[in-house]
Amino acid sequence: MKREDLAHTGAHKINNALGQALLAKRMGKTRLIAETGAGQHGVATATGAALVGLECEIYMGTIDVQRQALNVFRMKLLGAKVREVDIGSKTLKDAINEALRDWTTNVRNTHYVLGTVFGPHPFPMMVRDFQAIIGKEAASQIMKAEGRMPDCLIACVGGGSNAIGLFNEFLDTGIRMIGVEAGGTGIESGAHAARFAGGSKGVLQGCKTYLLQDADGNVLDTHSVSAGLDYASVGPQHAHLMESGRVQYTNATDEEALAAFKMLSFAEGIIPALESAHAVAEAIKRAPEMPQDNIIIVNLSGRGDKDVQQVAKIKGINLCE
Amino acid sequence: MKKTKISALFEKLRAEGKKAFIPYIMAGDPNPDETLNYTLLLERCGADIIELGVPFSDPLADGPTIQKAAGRALKSGTTLTKVLALVKEIRQHTAIPLILMTYYNPVFKYGEARFIQDSVEAGVDGVIIPDLPPEEAKEFIKLSHRSISGRQLDTVFLVAPTSTQSRIKKITAASSGFVYYVSMTGITGSKLELDEKVRGHLNLVRQTTDKPIAVGFGIATPEQARTVAQLADGVIVGSAIVKVFNESPEKAEHFIRGLREAIS
Repeated sequence: MKREDLAHTGAHKINNALGQALLAKRMGKTRLIAETGAGQHGVATATGAALVGLECEIYMGTIDVQRQALNVFRMKLLGAKVREVDIGSKTLKDAINEALRDWTTNVRNTHYVLGTVFGPHPFPMMVRDFQAIIGKEAASQIMKAEGRMPDCLIACVGGGSNAIGLFNEFLDTGIRMIGVEAGGTGIESGAHAARFAGGSKGVLQGCKTYLLQDADGNVLDTHSVSAGLDYASVGPQHAHLMESGRVQYTNATDEEALAAFKMLSFAEGIIPALESAHAVAEAIKRAPEMPQDNIIIVNLSGRGDKDVQQVAKIKGINLCE
Repeated sequence: MKKTKISALFEKLRAEGKKAFIPYIMAGDPNPDETLNYTLLLERCGADIIELGVPFSDPLADGPTIQKAAGRALKSGTTLTKVLALVKEIRQHTAIPLILMTYYNPVFKYGEARFIQDSVEAGVDGVIIPDLPPEEAKEFIKLSHRSISGRQLDTVFLVAPTSTQSRIKKITAASSGFVYYVSMTGITGSKLELDEKVRGHLNLVRQTTDKPIAVGFGIATPEQARTVAQLADGVIVGSAIVKVFNESPEKAEHFIRGLREAIS
């Protein structure tokens, strides 16, 4: 496990948010805005803003506000305003739209801290560079622990920042890499966020990539149990890595992710974020078919505390009584 | 490039010392038949050019009014294909210059070359694609300006108040028909504030190009339209018209005539 869940604020998102907060300060901006799905990037940006002394507003879909209530409260504690986005699919995609509209309006004093390897240039490259520390650390840590490079890397892919962060260091090697998208209730059901399995090429929010869209180019609604993967599009570099064949993309269903969430908690004492649980699910599928001495690195992109309430709700348990 | 209907219109208006009134409506809001009626009403009220919005699921440059209009149009089953069919239908009734305002993904999905061909054949005169910057539009511009049965498509790009001198050059060079000057940093339907800074910037655009300049975003009243008409060659009014058609269509004609009279 590459333990990004142990990073401050509980996920890899802080790597990028802090970098961009410093950049914004350097550029003389007084205000940060960001979108968030699971709330992790929102919390990270609010943290960065608090640290360097900038105003902060976070856009979040109303559906995500409901399922990530804990992170909403954390953002407010950190001094950020949380703007609920009640249009379109009411999830991450629409939060990005609203953040871009805000940025268009307030560009003179505001920096938009985009949270993933997505959007207009230079965001996909800049966010990759801030997240590349994940792969660098993974390489040195595995050398220290095992004395050799891993055989396989697995990461979940929403926008794709934790995956690019891990993969970037190893792109020039022959090491196998697997990106796991949100399979929702299954590709056939149509209720998923697997852009490579169910999407086609398109242009959205400033970049050309794979997209879940209808025949007329309108973006489709998505579904995933994890808010951070519930997104109709994917970072353009992932589209490139898919087409070149360098990275293999697959998906895990809600059910598989929930099972992995439970198994990792029980077996290792680590409660993973539901997003990261998709990567864990893929490792659970693959490990039995690999030689005993092979090494898989799973990017544990975030911790699952934020998801405990949601998982309890899915299981029909009321935590308030 | 041969003189297009839009360039000829601006030349004529300039010679007469007049300004263009360019209203925007969303195609298919609330349905294609009404769009035809609204188009003809706009022409009767003295519109010079009509902008037809193509509904898109993620209209990034638009405020709540046009976002909701796009939602209604999508609900009524309006697609780019249907908008082109609607233009053909409109062309049975009027020759008024028509501009499609669409986001890029529907065009990309439709196919650039096919979109341009079908648009020209349907009777579209120009296109505005707010999320297609000139740097990414080289092929699109080339294809649009190529003659299809003696006609071509004007490509209108947007200058923002934050555009630098070098970008203004690029954007105005890529534009044909006219240049779209966005009155503010913001989205459609926001509050208009034409301060000295914006006026100065607009002058900078004037010095860069002799192409006509139309100003849009946030123009909601005849008074505002009058002020803008003194600075520009054309005045674009979108959200306010979309709103009146949706909320109180019986007041639309009076409101639109008021705008027209203000833009003389």
